[in-house]
Amino acid sequence: MIDKLDAALRFNREALNLRTQRQEVLAANIAHADTPNYKARDFDFASRLTQAVEHGRAAQQPVQMAATSARHIQADALPSMPERDLLYRVPSQASIDGNTVEMDAERINFADNALRYEANLTVVGAKIKSLLSAAQ
Amino acid sequence: MPHPGASMNIFSVAGSAMAAQSQRMNVTASNLANAESVAGPDGKPYRAKQVVFEVAASGQQDIGGVKVAGVIEDPSPLKMVFDPKNPHADAKGYVAMPNVNVVEEMTNMISASRSYQANVEVLNTAKTLMVKTLSIGQ
Repeated sequence: MIDKLDAALRFNREALNLRTQRQEVLAANIAHADTPNYKARDFDFASRLTQAVEHGRAAQQPVQMAATSARHIQADALPSMPERDLLYRVPSQASIDGNTVEMDAERINFADNALRYEANLTVVGAKIKSLLSAAQ
Repeated sequence: MPHPGASMNIFSVAGSAMAAQSQRMNVTASNLANAESVAGPDGKPYRAKQVVFEVAASGQQDIGGVKVAGVIEDPSPLKMVFDPKNPHADAKGYVAMPNVNVVEEMTNMISASRSYQANVEVLNTAKTLMVKTLSIGQ
């Protein structure tokens, strides 16, 4: 029963989660507008959302090495972070200090992402309301 | 479930950028104020200073807040001004003036102020979103 409620909200949960992450990445880009050699980052929202909905979130367990002998040393690799999937933005006007942040593009993306986050919140709110009215 | 990037939130990223930009503005103010200081505490002319920004990467992540890596002194030569009456003049009558480029400092200040404003806007947007998130389902 509860898992049905969970499933009803799962898509929106993943979408909101990814929107938050993208907002953080874009905020970092804006913060580093003056840092030499900083490369602007972003990720493909649609493919990440598809992956999160179909296969769940990226695994967070440390990667283990295959040990075929008791004397092999087990070393935990770093957990595979979603940050690893971050892409680099291709600048249309490269700057001489190696920084690829383009403030106008970043600001537009940030505002767009914020708006879509709000839209998503509205949808979640409406969904919760309709579930509540069904429960009464 | 906290996601792995939880330690890097918008507030800390934008906050560190604002701190870094205000330090840059501080250094610019010092440069502009001392553009004519022929002698500092060490008796030598003031040298222009610049801040160096770098990414404060936390742990495994390669994105994060802004860190001021250090304040460097401008190595360019001092301006030699002919002024024999100045008590700091050398044997030939030249005074070593600070190597502060006032035009450069002004543009630096505008750039720092614009970047600071951009980060304030980021913070405001993030705050609005958080407040709206808190009212989910109401």
